[in-house]
Amino acid sequence: MLLEAVDLTFAYPGAVRALDGISLSAARGSIVGLIGPNGSGKTTLIRLLSGTLKPTTGSIVLDSIPLSTFSRRDLARRVAVVPQDTHVTFDFSAIEIVLMGRYAHLGAFALEGPDDLAIARQALAATGTAGLESRRFATLSGGEKQRVVIASALAQASDILLLDEPTTALDVGFQFEIATLLKQLNRDRGTTMVVSTHDLNLAATLCTELILLRAGRVLAQGTTGDVLTATNIRRLYNVDADVTFHPRAGHLTVVPIARTD
Amino acid sequence: MAVTLAGFGASTLLVCLLAPLVGSTSINLSRVFDRTLPLADNVDAQVFFVARLPRVVAAGIVGAGLALSGAVFQALLRNPLASPDTLGVSAGAALGAMLALTAHADFTLLGVSVVPLTSFAGSLGALAIVFALSLARRRGTSSTVLLLGGIAIAALLNASGRFIQYLADVTDTFKTVQWLMGSLDVGSYAPIVASLVPFGAACAGFATLPRVLDLISLGEEAAEARGVDVVRAERVALVSASLSTGAAVSLGGPILFVGIIVPHIVRLIVGADHRLVLPASALFGASFLIACDLVARTIVAPVEVPVGIITAIIGGPFFLWLLFRGR
Repeated sequence: MLLEAVDLTFAYPGAVRALDGISLSAARGSIVGLIGPNGSGKTTLIRLLSGTLKPTTGSIVLDSIPLSTFSRRDLARRVAVVPQDTHVTFDFSAIEIVLMGRYAHLGAFALEGPDDLAIARQALAATGTAGLESRRFATLSGGEKQRVVIASALAQASDILLLDEPTTALDVGFQFEIATLLKQLNRDRGTTMVVSTHDLNLAATLCTELILLRAGRVLAQGTTGDVLTATNIRRLYNVDADVTFHPRAGHLTVVPIARTD
Repeated sequence: MAVTLAGFGASTLLVCLLAPLVGSTSINLSRVFDRTLPLADNVDAQVFFVARLPRVVAAGIVGAGLALSGAVFQALLRNPLASPDTLGVSAGAALGAMLALTAHADFTLLGVSVVPLTSFAGSLGALAIVFALSLARRRGTSSTVLLLGGIAIAALLNASGRFIQYLADVTDTFKTVQWLMGSLDVGSYAPIVASLVPFGAACAGFATLPRVLDLISLGEEAAEARGVDVVRAERVALVSASLSTGAAVSLGGPILFVGIIVPHIVRLIVGADHRLVLPASALFGASFLIACDLVARTIVAPVEVPVGIITAIIGGPFFLWLLFRGR
């Protein structure tokens, strides 16, 4: 197992428990989806897995080594994070954003060398943004920005990619594009991913396994085919939905029909 | 990158060398460096080294210090409106200076007179409060909280300063107003040498920051995910920028505009990368303030215009031109 979490609990200071008794494991090359309503703890779980937050109890191990023993720099070489959206304070170009992914691979005062530039350009090419290299990040569309941020995560050359609602801010065209890109990266590079999403159809097409979170607890977890059922969706969202295999899409599809509460 | 910095360096050097030559008494550069004459008989050298050079060097340090701390505060707080005044450090320095001016305190320490000393002490007091805020900060708060806390501290310190001005008699109040407008007439090398201690310490901190500040501008979590120890970097940035502000304000007064606008002018020229922005801000801040001080002491000589007025009058239109050129 590449990434394994056992019995995690976490509470923000002065607040009720955000996560309670979560266990999960991600094998090398798998794509694990986190789904659940707003406030169910998806983002908190991603932050725990990325080491940004420390669990109150429970443990996370990466290749059998406790996450808490990694330095920030070492951890960044193993785990990269793609947030829902990225606001940049100053006027950086796309390639500059991608080169920032090389930080953990460089010495304290080292400048990026030709190798780093080559890796950054490869990452841009892999995300279909090679043509945007010298564009200002702030002038890019939402989908272009997200692909450049994914390229920056790729430049980190990590084994694991954690994505927090990577398509939420995007229109259906870009959603499709990001899903295709992630599948391709998983296939070509063997990148292991943990993806949180509200998009059940994205989860159905992308993920090998799903974890259903509700109010900080696991409602169900298992392979996508086993877990993505009408019953579970009703329990998760109070929504009556049709879940059917779509022959043209090649995966399960979820069509919400009515709210049940 | 090296070429850009060499350009900034060369122009700063040129300004440093030319500025002491200009003034009410005209002097000759070859006579200034004439080794055959002893200093006591060489009027040109006396004007150059004793009357004008300390002032030029002070302007350089103050300009570099304010511009550097402005650039760092803007990146750290992820807010382009941040400046050396934002977190109350320069308000603390002003409060210290006003206390000394209105209490008619008169002592020196290692050749440094009372006002710069109390002013630096005031900035250290403000730094202590801001640092305490940052220690309390790692509990799920954001840089917005630090920014708001800093603004509250600045308001409190500024109000205390006004209260002192209000209570003081007219002559003392005028002295404090004059101090607040900034002056680089430091008189000797002693306060310059003294200011190099905190400024040098600040520069050692700044040296570790450029790449970290680039990453922090993506957001704290994004920086952390890319391998930055954000908490440590923030503390280094806070302390260094505050020391640099304290050194600059105690030497030259809270000179407006340099700390907020110089980093933006530099970014418009060199881009966003802090490995360029920080050294270029230091060099451009230094040469900009030396040039402004030259105007301040010569434009209506023998009367001097407060340099803080000149910085805004020259810098404002220049910045607007840069901002809107070719749009």
